[in-house]
Amino acid sequence: MNVLECKGVKKSYKRGVLVLNNFNLSLPAGKIVGLLGPNGCGKSTLIKLIAGILQPNEGEIRVCGEPIGEATRAIVSYLPERTYFNSWMRVDELVSYFAEFYRDFDSARAYSLLSTLGINPSDRLKTLSKGTKEKVQLILVMSRRARLYLLDEPIAGVDPAAREYILSTIVSNYDPNATVVITTHLITDVEPVLDDFVFLSRDGKIFAQGSVEVARMETGKSLDELFREVFKHV
Amino acid sequence: MAWSFTADRPVYIQVAERIRRRVITGEYKAGAQIPSVRQIAMEATVNPNTVQRALVELETEGLLEARGTLGRFVTEDESVIERGKQSLIRSLVKSFITDAMRLGLTKEQIEAAVKEGTDERT
Repeated sequence: MNVLECKGVKKSYKRGVLVLNNFNLSLPAGKIVGLLGPNGCGKSTLIKLIAGILQPNEGEIRVCGEPIGEATRAIVSYLPERTYFNSWMRVDELVSYFAEFYRDFDSARAYSLLSTLGINPSDRLKTLSKGTKEKVQLILVMSRRARLYLLDEPIAGVDPAAREYILSTIVSNYDPNATVVITTHLITDVEPVLDDFVFLSRDGKIFAQGSVEVARMETGKSLDELFREVFKHV
Repeated sequence: MAWSFTADRPVYIQVAERIRRRVITGEYKAGAQIPSVRQIAMEATVNPNTVQRALVELETEGLLEARGTLGRFVTEDESVIERGKQSLIRSLVKSFITDAMRLGLTKEQIEAAVKEGTDERT
């Protein structure tokens, strides 16, 4: 069974902007997938639809066979583009909060990842730098034993060393039963960690989809070069 | 430190090259166990499926051996490692010569340049 199944999904916002139009996508288990496309093409909208934060106008989305709802929220781990934590909270309070909220949360893993990074669990969020806050958020999201991880721009706005740490954490978490979807515009950085890519075009459809390695073999180009070529005139 | 890759070739081939080099230089010794797929994936910041594919490739070459749940080991057969070394040297030489010829050097000029370069080193 596929981890993610989108069929005929249509989403438009109030002002009549059509973001996704008859969108179809199937993702099997055990893949790290890059969801890539120009600004405003609907990457975040798609992620929010799968996370159950937005509702589609038409079509169907299923995660591990279940329609989006309480059952899928228990198996989908979502990293939003922006932090939503209260800045007065301490890191260890957040860990307990997650442990209480999600049955699949592994506190031991969270603490071990925090200690690798030298983050003090009793620090308050407001005292942490932007990069450290992003790392804490990623650690919490990746410490769940979910079936589908949705990471919306996980490496935007952090320095290259933090970027590498974040990508390495994603890789270390690899589980053949789970799939990870990453949106980003930093294609060169994420390319080596991806199995597959999905290029979204501005009209809310899939422009191209495939295996990163096969694309390299067939075109002799990196994903970044391919992306620039495909979206040159779009 | 994440490994860097060139754009023109599949990543798994480049991962296999890095590991082959570690065996040839003795960083991974004959008969010794090598790190797990996950460990290599984390070190290189590369997709675990890509690392897996690279290791299978090196198994096919006979440079690595899978021993079930024990993990992967470097072959004890030194002749296989020596053959890997020779093939690496050949491909280095070949790419150097191709480059030099593109610059318009003749066979004699290439040989002279190599001699000059090696003389300077010693």
